[in-house]
This record gives sequence, structure tokens and C-alpha cells, in this order.
Amino acid sequence: MEQVTALFARIAGAGTLSPQLLLWLGALTMALIMALVMAACAIVFTWAERKVAGFIQSRYGPMRVGRWHGIAQPIADMLKILQKEDIIPADADRKFFILAPFVLFIGSLMAWAAIPFAPGFVAADLDMGLLYIFAASSLVTIGILMSGWASNNKWSLYGAARGAAQIVSYEIPLALAVVPVVLYAGSLNMTDIVVAQQGGIWKWFALRNPFLFVSFLIYFLASIAEVNRTPFDLPETESELVAGYHTEYSGMRFAFFFLAEYANLFLVSCIATAVFLGGWGHPVPGLNFAPALVFLAKAVLLVLAQIWIRWTLPRLRVDQLMHVCWKVMIPLALVCLAGSGVWMLAFVRFA
Amino acid sequence: MSGDLAFYGFAALTVLSAFYVVFSRNIVHAGFSLLFTLFGVAGLYAMLAADFLAATQVIVYIGGVLVLILFTVMMTRIPRRGAGGRGLDRFVPAGVFALLLFALLYKVITGTPWAEKAPVSADPTTARLGASFLTDFVFPFEFVSLILLAAMIGAAILIRDRRPAADDGAGGAAAPTGEEERS
Repeated sequence: MEQVTALFARIAGAGTLSPQLLLWLGALTMALIMALVMAACAIVFTWAERKVAGFIQSRYGPMRVGRWHGIAQPIADMLKILQKEDIIPADADRKFFILAPFVLFIGSLMAWAAIPFAPGFVAADLDMGLLYIFAASSLVTIGILMSGWASNNKWSLYGAARGAAQIVSYEIPLALAVVPVVLYAGSLNMTDIVVAQQGGIWKWFALRNPFLFVSFLIYFLASIAEVNRTPFDLPETESELVAGYHTEYSGMRFAFFFLAEYANLFLVSCIATAVFLGGWGHPVPGLNFAPALVFLAKAVLLVLAQIWIRWTLPRLRVDQLMHVCWKVMIPLALVCLAGSGVWMLAFVRFA
Repeated sequence: MSGDLAFYGFAALTVLSAFYVVFSRNIVHAGFSLLFTLFGVAGLYAMLAADFLAATQVIVYIGGVLVLILFTVMMTRIPRRGAGGRGLDRFVPAGVFALLLFALLYKVITGTPWAEKAPVSADPTTARLGASFLTDFVFPFEFVSLILLAAMIGAAILIRDRRPAADDGAGGAAAPTGEEERS
């Protein structure tokens, strides 16, 4: 962000723009960049998802559009979805029906601001970045409820109720899994957390102690539930609820849900990378990679793992879903938190 | 300038959506616009350099309380025309309570010595908050935890199936009752 404002200042000539104006310009630019990152996520990952699904099911997936392995398929899909008729059901609650995709989208866009992709490359280097990210993503729940209710459709409402219950529940193990890392790093600032993990693979928080490794697994599983994907995709079970909370949406409005879904998928992977897997640090000593590329590579690998899980496992029942969260993950996360604390007392020397 | 603009933006968001919450004839609409009120208040907190308070406001009130409100409100049937009267029997008690609340708020607002400028500090607010939680305010902190624990146990007892004692709850095996706790 500082670099961006500096760039604007240079273009306009020093002293011609007031610092406040520069701040607004910088913030807008960063928001635009993040929105573009989100769009790019949706484009790349829809293609990846369809290809991986194809490979897992012994078929090719999209092959025709674009020269190589259907590489242009998502672009064709995007052009198609832009031309779709915008349908608002006659009995829907018009105002909130229109508002819901934006609330959802803004929730995930806001969270991107605190992700540190590389040293210095973070839109807002907040003291409480981690807490801020969790706060921003709680808007997503409201967006889901809004879309489900405003659609005036019982499948949408069921999907929304399930989605909200699931996200509210799984937020607890998700947050509890991250707390031991905050203990270790002594900070909620995302950049500080990543910096604390530099210097080899054994510095990564996922590998600092056995409890933290379990915490990482809990985080990873809970994050799959947070983004409503199989085996936790009960809000949009095709076999029961048509498409869940976005059943009534079409065209660009549907695209917003889609965009937010894939952006969230990448977002939780980015958080896992920054918090547990050393951020931009890479395991090979002596080599010099671009930090942002290392970060993105790790996050993309996590996304691929989530895609792999989606096409491998069947979906849980509602009661199993709640059972896993409340009776397995939360107690385990609490044990890991206590265990990490004891481990720190026993083995870690405080500077 | 930018600070002022952001302040007026958040203030307008808060006040206008709060008006909508109060005057909307549709209870679900009121619930959803509460989102913007709470969000605006969080924005104002953030502008006062109370970043922890802002994030907590969003997590607790938007992510928790508002979701619960919406859950209960969404399950109600929305009549096409607003239900309930606008008669004197509702207007008078509501007006009396509103006036009393306003008087109280007025007294608090005029009686408090407000800091003219938000104190700007380099170290994160969380560090100081955490330290004071575990030193000066450790008793209230633990006391609130105890109350919350009691509330949780109470909720767990309330939703328990009233089945005969034969059920020994063997090690948390998932009983397919479909009546697991929701949130």
C-alpha cells in the first residue's frame, strides 16, 4: 500500500496531491487489485476443479475451448454468464435479493486486505490482521442468510439456514486452531506471524510441535466447512436442495456467488499458508525465489488438496456435520491449545 | 479530509440504517438493516483507533448475535400488510420508554469528559487489553467466564432429549436422532 501511494505521488509530481487523497487512491487501487485477484482465482480454479474432477473420474474434463486442454473454457463460461438474462423472481424480496451477493462478495473482498503475499506486499498491515480476517468473513454468513431469505424459496431458505449454522459452528474450531500460533508468534499481525516462521521448514508453525500439526489439520478441515465444499457442502446439496441458497440467482448475480466461493477457497488457503506453512519462506536453503511466487505456490497446492478432497469423499449428514464440529474438532482444538501452551513452557526459550 | 469523509460515511450509514431498523414494517428487513448499523458502529470504533473493539464488534454482533436474531426472525411468517396496530396503546408506552432512554443517553453524553482526540499509540491495543484482563480486571474476567459456562451448561440441559435413563450416551457415538445441537 505504501508503495502504491508512493507511485501515485511520483506520477502526479511531489506535493501536488494531498496525503489524504493519496491514501484514498492507494486504498482504491489495492481494492481493485484484490478484486482482480479474486476474479483470477475464479477463472483459474474453475478450470482446475473441472480438470482434477475429470482426472479423478478417469476422463479428460474440458478439452475443446482454447488450444491446450480446454484452457480457455473458463473465459468462454464467463462470456456466456455475462450475457445471461437477469431474472428476479416475482415474489422475491427485491431489495435484499439484489443486495445479498454484494454483501457476500464484500465480506470476502475485505478479508483479502490483510493477507501478506510477500514482505511489504499487503494491502493493510493491521496490528490485528488475523482477527480482522475472521471479522470480515463473518459478513459472509449474513450474505448467505440474506440471499436465502430474499429468494422466497424453501430450498434457498433451507440452504441458507444450514449454511449459517455450519459457518457459525465451524468458525469456533477454525479460530481455536489458530490461537496456538498466536501464542507462539506473540502477535495477531499477519506479517509478524509470517516473519516468525522464517529460516527453514522446521520453523513453520505446522511443524513446531505435534499439537500445532493437529491444529493445522483442524484448521484445514474446518476451512473446507467454512467454504461449504464437499464433504461439508450441505448448504448446496444438489440432491436435496437444487442449489441451496443461490437456487434463484442467475447471470451476473450468480457469478458473484461463484466468484466469492472460489475466492474464499483461495482465501482460506492463503491464511493457512501464512499462519501455518511459513508464508513466503521456502524450504530450500540458499535458493532465492520470488517470495510472492512461493506464497502463491503453497496456497495453490492447498487449493488443489481441497479440490482433491471434494471429488474423493461423499458428503456428511447434517447431524454428522454438527457431531464432527462440536464433539470432535472443538475438544481436540482445545487440547491442542493447552498442549501447545505446555510445550512452549517446557521447550521454548523466551527471548 | 479523508478522516472526515470516512467519519460522515460511517455515521450516515449507522444513523440511516438504524432509522430503517426502527421504522421498517417488515421485521426481517429490520434485522438485515441492523447489519449496516452494527457495521457502521464498527467503522466508527476503528476510526477512534479502537481496532480490537471494532473487530470484536463485527465478530460478536454481526457474526453471532445478528445471525441468531435473523435465525429466529426468519422463521416467522411475514404478513403482506404489517401486523400489529399503530394505535395509542402501543405508541404511548413505546414513546415513554424512548424518552426515558433518550434522557439517560443525554445525561451520559453531556456528563462524560470526552477525550478531544483519539489517543494514538504505537503498540497494538490487544497487548494492553490482554495485560489488563489478566491483572487489574482478572476477577470480572473470570466471573464473566463462569456465567457464560453456566449459560452453556443450561443450554445443553434444555435441549437434551427427555429419553428414559436406558440411554447411557456411549462415548459420543452419533445417535441418528437428527436433533443435534444447532450452533
